[in-house]
Amino acid sequence: MEEFSLMTFVAVFEEMFGRGLFWTMVAVAIVITLAWVYILLRDRALSMRKFLLAQLSMPVGGLAAVWFVMLMTNSGLRDIGGPIDWLVLLGVFVAGAVGFAILVYVVQSFLRGKTAEL
Amino acid sequence: MTEFEQMKASRRGFIGLAAGGSAALAFGAGAAQASRQRTNARILILGAGAGGAAIANRLTDRLDGAQITVLDGRAQHWYQPGFTLIATGLRKAEYATSTTEQWLPRGITYVNEYAAEIDPDANRVITTGGQRIEYDYLIVATGLTLDWGAIEGFDLSLIGPEHGVSAHYASPEAAEKSWHALDRFTDQGGVGLFGRPATEMKCAGAPLKIVMMAEDIATTKGNRNKVDLIYNAQAQNLFGVPIVDHRVRQIFTDRGIAYRWQHVLTSMDPGAKTATYTTPEGEVTTAYDFINVVPPQRAPQVVRESGLSWADRWTDQGWIEVDQQTLRHARYPNVFGIGDINGVPKGKTAASVKWHLPVVEDHLVSELGGREGSRVFDGYTSCPMITRIGRAMLIEFDYQDRLVPSFPGLIAPLEELWISWLMKEVALKATYNAMLRGRA
Repeated sequence: MEEFSLMTFVAVFEEMFGRGLFWTMVAVAIVITLAWVYILLRDRALSMRKFLLAQLSMPVGGLAAVWFVMLMTNSGLRDIGGPIDWLVLLGVFVAGAVGFAILVYVVQSFLRGKTAEL
Repeated sequence: MTEFEQMKASRRGFIGLAAGGSAALAFGAGAAQASRQRTNARILILGAGAGGAAIANRLTDRLDGAQITVLDGRAQHWYQPGFTLIATGLRKAEYATSTTEQWLPRGITYVNEYAAEIDPDANRVITTGGQRIEYDYLIVATGLTLDWGAIEGFDLSLIGPEHGVSAHYASPEAAEKSWHALDRFTDQGGVGLFGRPATEMKCAGAPLKIVMMAEDIATTKGNRNKVDLIYNAQAQNLFGVPIVDHRVRQIFTDRGIAYRWQHVLTSMDPGAKTATYTTPEGEVTTAYDFINVVPPQRAPQVVRESGLSWADRWTDQGWIEVDQQTLRHARYPNVFGIGDINGVPKGKTAASVKWHLPVVEDHLVSELGGREGSRVFDGYTSCPMITRIGRAMLIEFDYQDRLVPSFPGLIAPLEELWISWLMKEVALKATYNAMLRGRA
């Protein structure tokens, strides 16, 4: 086996989505994560109320991610063939869930500002 | 906070996994980023397909001052691993077409002509337009010729639903017409004939894939009981690697796909819809409603006349005499081969091209720097064997018929998996394109 390099992955993802879309997606992910860090620093606490709604929204994000993968490919749940397939499916679900939860938290924070909930 | 940290960790885990997934399609390393070698060598690359375009990009990155010329008469580039997806209705012909020029680096000379004469003794190539090109190093990446004429009664105009003929190796457009033939066959039913030639061939898995996909499509349409599927193997196996052969036989048996040994298609009568095979017992003629034709495959005539071919092996096919490990020509040390044209026992796939590239690059660049190259090609060949829409087996093997999985213990090579399908459908073309640019 030959070695894999980070640049290979970047090259493959650039080809997969197109260079513009790929880096836009990376930028969006970074912006949302930075916004979340900013809010944590601004509020100096993790708001449990916002966190609760973010957590409750996780299945939505997870299912949406799975749905998106199935939609974009000629495959469905019937094609899950072995343990690695379940792990990949779980990975897609978790990625969608976590990404969406952070987004929900950030959006709440910007819409409502620093709520006096505590 | 802790929960969030855990979740972030999971996300990282997924990205790693997803990246790992596409890495299997990367089949290996990124382009070696070594320092640039100063040279004024004249390097001529015959062919701008997967091998030619990619090595042009890699050499441009590695060499400073080299005069690189690429010769290819075809203005269109074909992503051939996509042909099976087109021939099974999952993609349109455009999926596999782009222009040759868009993959070539700046700073090289691209001559939009074919070679008419190769003279390795004089280090010279004459083009179809009459240009004389002298070289110091020659890289033969011409690909191969599909010998349609070897099948009596066959003509490319027969491809399509009217005659029930599929011949998806011919071109992206032929692959799309082949899908219309398969679509009608799986609607109306009848006898479907499949098979492969007795010569070496590109992607020996493709004829197997098409029959398994036909079975799956007929089943999905609810018409499985209306179709009889017969695969005609040229030898006494379905696949040259024994462990894969046994696995495919098992799948064929489970899915009711019949197979016959040592049946080689030699002629067909499109009017009567019959196909004739040579077998050890003599000729056998079988009626069909649908036939998938894969013709004998040979080196292009210009290569066969050049003196670069093996004199005592594959004499009816003309593959060039390169060292199995270094891909350097056995008699002309300034000649290398990449891709289908190489006379080696394995590896007429894009995945093999991917592994030919760093070897040829290493030996050529090292020599220009006064050193000796050290990389070797071990026969690596990869075949994402799609077995139904949504599942595939990621089969990788080497000269010794050993399975060499990219992800041992993680992605089982002989298991029909969704992840392997995703690689074929989603990540493979991206990886291929990255390879063409010399970046993967």
